[in-house]
Amino acid sequence: MKAKVIVMPKQSILDPQGVAVREAMRHHGLPGVKSVRVGKMLEVEVDGADEGKMHEICRDLLSNPVIEDYTLVLEK
Amino acid sequence: MRAAVIRFPGSNCDQDCHFVLREFGFATDYIWHKESSAAGYDLIVLPGGFSYGDYLRCGAIARFSPVMKSVVEQAGRGVLVLGICNGFQILCESGLLPGALIRNRDMHFICEHVRLRVENSANPFLRAADVGRVLRVPIAHGEGNYTADSKTLSVLNAEQRVVLRYCDAAGGVTPGANPNGSVENIAGICNERRNVFGLMPHPERACDPKLLSVDGRAVFDSLVMTLANSRAA
Repeated sequence: MKAKVIVMPKQSILDPQGVAVREAMRHHGLPGVKSVRVGKMLEVEVDGADEGKMHEICRDLLSNPVIEDYTLVLEK
Repeated sequence: MRAAVIRFPGSNCDQDCHFVLREFGFATDYIWHKESSAAGYDLIVLPGGFSYGDYLRCGAIARFSPVMKSVVEQAGRGVLVLGICNGFQILCESGLLPGALIRNRDMHFICEHVRLRVENSANPFLRAADVGRVLRVPIAHGEGNYTADSKTLSVLNAEQRVVLRYCDAAGGVTPGANPNGSVENIAGICNERRNVFGLMPHPERACDPKLLSVDGRAVFDSLVMTLANSRAA
């Protein structure tokens, strides 16, 4: 099974990295850029994992629920 | 008094902690992260560094090291646990302390002496210091921006579990004295039982006049005082 896990900072959490990238984009001639948020994407290839186990790992290891949300996309 | 310093791949303040603990009279062992037991100690220290290269998130992978299961058990039994810098991040990731440490507000790695106001001394880690005392201790981190939701913050405040806040020389807890953007200038917190303490600053680097400050001694003096009292009791 292939899966993509997208981890993003929660909307309620200030994302200093996103703010820095936003400023850089403005300096690069895009003054209208309103918001940038920087997260990460993990590409996973796995044998024998069910969806429930994948969610468990997303919640416990791949993201920190205090500061991040995740999206699990399974590609069967 | 027996202390353990946990070593993860990427720990780099382990020797500093070991040195200071011995100076303060602790029989101190290193414990490699692959060991299964951290039992038999009065104090467990999670030192600073970059465990597992800070991959994924700071402390996220260290939290699942074999030894951490035992550290969590020992904390549950009331053993004192001190997490410094990366150690604080690991404590938050492991759920022993609430909240999380994110990238510094200004994105820079900061390495400098800061001032900390003692907010609470009714705990084993700062009982030798008076509330309101200002300590000068170095920080060295890129991800020390403490954050927690408003509910967690109100619990921390109501239970007086914020132990240290960044402040100015006069002890004022002001936005200008906040080096990394931590919510409410929080530099260190303890758990409800007050036997687990995490902080971003490095008290072990402020115990010798050659290192420009001895204010970090307040932490180790407190630990000695705590353990001497518990033995006498």
